[in-house]
Amino acid sequence: MRIGHLPLGLLLIVSLCLPPLGSAAEEEVNVYSARKENLIKPLLDRFTEETGIQVNLVTGKADALLKRLQSEGKNSPADLLITTDAGRLHRAKASGVTQATRLPGDDERMAGMFRDPEGHWYGLSLRARPILYVRDKVAPAELSTYEALADPQWKKRICIRSSDNIYNQSLVASMIAADGSEKVEAWAKGFVGNFARPPRGGDRDQIKAAAAGVCDIAIANTYYFAAMIDSKDQAQRAAAAKLRVFWPDQAGRGTHVNISGAAVTHSARNRDNAIRLIMFLLNDESQQWYADINGEYPVRPDIPVNPTLEGWGNFRMDTLNLDRLGELNPDAVRLMDRAGWK
Amino acid sequence: MISGTSVWRGGVVLIASLLAMPVIVILGFLLVPAGEVWHHLVSTVLPDYVKNSLLLMLGVSIGVLILGVGSAWLTSMCRFPGSRLFEWSLLLPMAMPAYIIAYTYTGLFDFAGPAQSLLREWTGWSYGDYWFPEIRSLEGAAVMLSLVLFPYVYLLSRAAFLGQSLCVLDVSRTLGNGPWRTFFTVALPLARPAIVAGLSLALMETLADYGTVQYFGVATFTTGIFRTWFGLDSTAAAAQLSAVLLLFVFVLVVLERSSRRSARYHHTSQRHQVLRRYPLAGWRGAGAALFCFGILFFGFLLPAGQLLIWDVTTADERLDAQFLSLVWHSLELAGIASLLALALALFLGYGRRLHGNWAVQLAVRIAGMGYAVPGTVIAVGVMIPFAAFDNGLDAWMRSQFGLSTGLLLSGTLAALLFAYLVRFLAVSLQTVEAGLAKIRPSMDEVSRSMGTGGAETVRRVHVPMLKGSLVTALLLVFVDVLKELPATLILRPFNFNTLAVRAYELASDERLADASLASLTIVAVGIVPVILLSRSIGRSRHEQAT
Repeated sequence: MRIGHLPLGLLLIVSLCLPPLGSAAEEEVNVYSARKENLIKPLLDRFTEETGIQVNLVTGKADALLKRLQSEGKNSPADLLITTDAGRLHRAKASGVTQATRLPGDDERMAGMFRDPEGHWYGLSLRARPILYVRDKVAPAELSTYEALADPQWKKRICIRSSDNIYNQSLVASMIAADGSEKVEAWAKGFVGNFARPPRGGDRDQIKAAAAGVCDIAIANTYYFAAMIDSKDQAQRAAAAKLRVFWPDQAGRGTHVNISGAAVTHSARNRDNAIRLIMFLLNDESQQWYADINGEYPVRPDIPVNPTLEGWGNFRMDTLNLDRLGELNPDAVRLMDRAGWK
Repeated sequence: MISGTSVWRGGVVLIASLLAMPVIVILGFLLVPAGEVWHHLVSTVLPDYVKNSLLLMLGVSIGVLILGVGSAWLTSMCRFPGSRLFEWSLLLPMAMPAYIIAYTYTGLFDFAGPAQSLLREWTGWSYGDYWFPEIRSLEGAAVMLSLVLFPYVYLLSRAAFLGQSLCVLDVSRTLGNGPWRTFFTVALPLARPAIVAGLSLALMETLADYGTVQYFGVATFTTGIFRTWFGLDSTAAAAQLSAVLLLFVFVLVVLERSSRRSARYHHTSQRHQVLRRYPLAGWRGAGAALFCFGILFFGFLLPAGQLLIWDVTTADERLDAQFLSLVWHSLELAGIASLLALALALFLGYGRRLHGNWAVQLAVRIAGMGYAVPGTVIAVGVMIPFAAFDNGLDAWMRSQFGLSTGLLLSGTLAALLFAYLVRFLAVSLQTVEAGLAKIRPSMDEVSRSMGTGGAETVRRVHVPMLKGSLVTALLLVFVDVLKELPATLILRPFNFNTLAVRAYELASDERLADASLASLTIVAVGIVPVILLSRSIGRSRHEQAT
């Protein structure tokens, strides 16, 4: 540990902290993504291959990225924000970090509920949150709606993840929009009383627990279930094989759905490249990739789903404007707290 | 003329203020009335957070004290089969991030995992027929954290035991105390500052942990802060929760300092002989070996083995250029952060020792408090002022010169390094101060009386005596930064990923097997400094003997 090493160390530090000197002429687009790197990078790499535009990526939790965007203000380097939940897109818009854009060409390529009416955000892929039941323990005739899961017959038979998770918060938000806070709070108390165990782990853990006999019902997103069915791991496939999909509330408002989406930031310096990226993510190839590799439903109705999803059949989805999920998120979280949903 | 003393004092206060800035920013939010959200928290979840945090701290304290002090004593003072091996290998769990070990154990011992499945196969039982400890619980979290954090106590206790004068222990023996009594009544109290320092580090790390408790479904302050910030979108209420958390930390620190009070723990004599280790024979030796092996097995061998198996059999990850850049980034960050932390710790430690007054004391204490603040809290506490500074500077430059400077600090490595310093300075500081505490002030006086100035005293007297502590401080921070997660996630620049981020993203996406490569690399890279560390401790013990 010599004093002489200090200047060298300082030089190293200074050289690292200088902003990278890239050529200004190079086209690029800066992306803040709440989608994990391995889920989004293949698409971004293909975008670079096709267009020659360099993509700079930072991944993180949606809310942390949002806070970062807010505090960076109009100097933020980010051009595009990608999130995994509609509520977060709404929050981004509400906090003023997005800007309205128009996609060139065919604007009607996806349904209105999958994008912001003012053009602040666009959905990229769709996922549902159905009821998964264990084949031999539950008959489909016993299931109907999410609300019915608070009935005493389901005591100690339900596995679902924590209320910390945004997907559950959005589900409850959609229920508040449909039934009102009072009813949903009463429902939540009953629902929590039916948990087989205190919530722990992620969606896949709930599926595994159901397969192992801890519970008879698991609530999970479709792409997790699809991933387990098509997994290379034999144990995961075996677990998934024991469960079936039930689409709740087909007679009523429909099954709760959510989207992953993108929004152009208000500080975007590479606005056109950001729009090009969104267009790319909505083109045939990318949407097919979402469907085949990620096990998600494409937002474009003309793109076929992968065989596993096809096997689950068509379903009616809740056509609630996804913006509402964001608006009602704080209420949902508080309600879950009061109901004791850990 | 400004004296050297006041420059040093000023420097210390300035550094401490800068490091305290994120915490101050967070506390500043207390002035914003959160009202309704806070009432909601108090009436629903706050009692749970308090109860769980206290219980977790209690569990981890018991765990790390038993594991750390017990193994430190056995490996430094006794000889038993394998003791030489355990000396350095007991540090290996330190290379394992807590959230990784949590995921791994869950995969192993959870209901659907291999252990219980095997049990059910053999006995024909099914769910509800038998009792098996639930790994994903508060108790489980305490065990996980103890396994990963005990090395702090182990290291510092060992340094203390090794540094003890043999004469003191011999005197105790001649007065009729057997080896157990010597341990409890002489060695342990003498080593108390080191043990308490290690314990408080472990507890602060426990309070700051997020990954483990979140995965295990234990509601503590850290999960609550995340939730309130993001779910309830109330920065003010989240800041208030952070403030309560800081209160816990403050209490810890005060307890630790007051337990030392004005007692002095300097070595009274420099006469050291080669420490004779008590040989343990027969069942005693076997018991000691089993105890140490058990710790090593559960803390390292089992989880690492499982990760290896997952990697080989199921993982998708390939060792490619992208992965190597991950490794390079992680090493780079950790190296620079540890050097900076050491430099600052020396500056602050010496400032306190040489020019300490109440302001310096307070400043140094504040500089060390960042350790208990969760990484996310620090990250946002860094992001807000940095961005404000950048935007302010940009606006000023625009108005004065028509130039736009854009974002200078936020979104660069500077912000991330600063966050690391805020968080991990305590580690360096504790270690350096523990080392400095062993150097008697009278030595400085003797050195001065012989005509050598301050800087030379440092170079020729202190550095040789401090070497062990310096290396320890460097390596502890290196390993900690390598494993760090939340702050890195939030503050890192574009196209900059670390191993920890990769492992976390995959594991939290329930692709645990795919996370194994990154996890193993963290562990493997972390092992090297850990081994160097233990060797340097062993070496300094031999040096002191001559």
